[in-house]
Amino acid sequence: MASSRKMPEETLLEVSHIDVFHGSFQALWDVSLTIKPGEIVAVIGANGSGKSTLLDTISGMVHPAKGSIEFEEKDISALEPFHIVGLGISQVPEGRRVFPDLTVLENLIIGSYNHNARSKREQNLQKVYQFFPVLGERKSQLAKTLSGGEQQMLALGRGLMSDPKLILLDEMSLGLAPMVINELYRILKEIRDRGITILFVEQNVRRSLTEADRAYIMEAGRVVLSGDVAKLREEERVKKAYFGA
Amino acid sequence: MALLSDLATPIVMGILLGGLYAVIALGLSLVFGVVKEINIAHGDLVILGSYFGYVAMTVLGIDPILSLLIGMPLLFGIGFAIQKYLLNRAFKISMDATLIVAFGISIILQNTYQLIWTPYARGLPTSYAIESLSAGPIHIPLVYLLDFFAAIVVMVFLHQFLKRTYLGRAIRAAAQDRKTAHLMGINTDRVYAFTFAISMALAAIAGVFLGLTFSFTPVSGMSFLIIALGVVVLGGMGSIVGTFVGGIAFGLAQTLGGYFFGVAAQMLVAYIMVLVVLAVIPRGIFGR
Repeated sequence: MASSRKMPEETLLEVSHIDVFHGSFQALWDVSLTIKPGEIVAVIGANGSGKSTLLDTISGMVHPAKGSIEFEEKDISALEPFHIVGLGISQVPEGRRVFPDLTVLENLIIGSYNHNARSKREQNLQKVYQFFPVLGERKSQLAKTLSGGEQQMLALGRGLMSDPKLILLDEMSLGLAPMVINELYRILKEIRDRGITILFVEQNVRRSLTEADRAYIMEAGRVVLSGDVAKLREEERVKKAYFGA
Repeated sequence: MALLSDLATPIVMGILLGGLYAVIALGLSLVFGVVKEINIAHGDLVILGSYFGYVAMTVLGIDPILSLLIGMPLLFGIGFAIQKYLLNRAFKISMDATLIVAFGISIILQNTYQLIWTPYARGLPTSYAIESLSAGPIHIPLVYLLDFFAAIVVMVFLHQFLKRTYLGRAIRAAAQDRKTAHLMGINTDRVYAFTFAISMALAAIAGVFLGLTFSFTPVSGMSFLIIALGVVVLGGMGSIVGTFVGGIAFGLAQTLGGYFFGVAAQMLVAYIMVLVVLAVIPRGIFGR
């Protein structure tokens, strides 16, 4: 975890004009996205709009047929996930996906599997316990015995254990109680204040346009709108489509 | 009372033999639990361990158990290569492809054994392998006790390895959720190669103790594969404790079946028990 925020002019992640296919189905069409260090950026869209594919492409789970992805000015679009995690991009997958039959602590340790993170394991573990004290209290419990909210905290904590510069969050609030969601977003701000950049994917438009600095709106595999959330909230199309105005 | 004292020997033998079966099945169970491959060459690879012990003893004059210091790393390396260069690639085509590759490995190994060591039965006749122990009504060969002891040591080591090391935790994580393991920075292809390699190191141990206990031929692998499958099905795929319990259940069914119905029926009894367990608890005794 970096200790200070960098100059806002720099670019941390630059996704340029990528096309992504699942077999013969094209999931992303000419998608571009830029993230600066210290930002919280949201990607918003309905089910099947390509949000998760975008995250999986950044993580290296799928590779773009066209276009490039640069992280800290290095092209990562052909790298495998285990290389990309080592460079400092960590994904917290949709549906938490904690390892059910590993303990909370073992789940967290797995997060620090990449070689850069192993040496900082104890230090990062203490930080994760500060963000989520409940994980410290339950560290010997099997992950499957945690509640949904606690599992999401574990998934987030596990993501932080890889010592990321950028964390990708896929549908963090899905299926959780409003109070738990509020708590998670509060902690997200704290995580950002520790210098970690955040890209999150949400179906909840209202929430996204409050919590993020900037947002990209996707429809059918394309970015159809983007900009500062304050501006997007005032856009007629957004109002009509998402706020029923 | 007479029945009880008559039964004592088959019961003790069955439990001890179960230890050997557990060691034979452990590698199969590990690969199935983690990589989800049914390695039908596993029996033949165990027999490779037996032949290695045979060569170490007859050519190099080394005690077969001691020879494991070389045999385990050797089979570990072979296993790593098999998974990395053959099975990982076949896996990208389909699960059926891995089954066919494993079947091919099995046939190649059996024929190679015939060429090098002839179809005659071999064994690992050491001085301690022919000793036997008596306690009251119980008479057992010393080697059965060694088998059981080896099983305990192997299982404790494997358990600790899976619990305490980064690689061990990664193996368990990849077994539970391959995609997420990938996202956590785990190179799952490499983890699979290590898993198969460990399974082969276990096969080396199993092969030597099998050779100390029974004679073996180039085609023995198939019958031990079938036993190992029965053990793994009984205990539940991919669980160490389950494999151990499954091994003991299988060993007991065999020795008690032999006692009550004659030696010819002993395997039949064991397999009927496997079928009954499958019908009642399809996931096995310790299956998830």
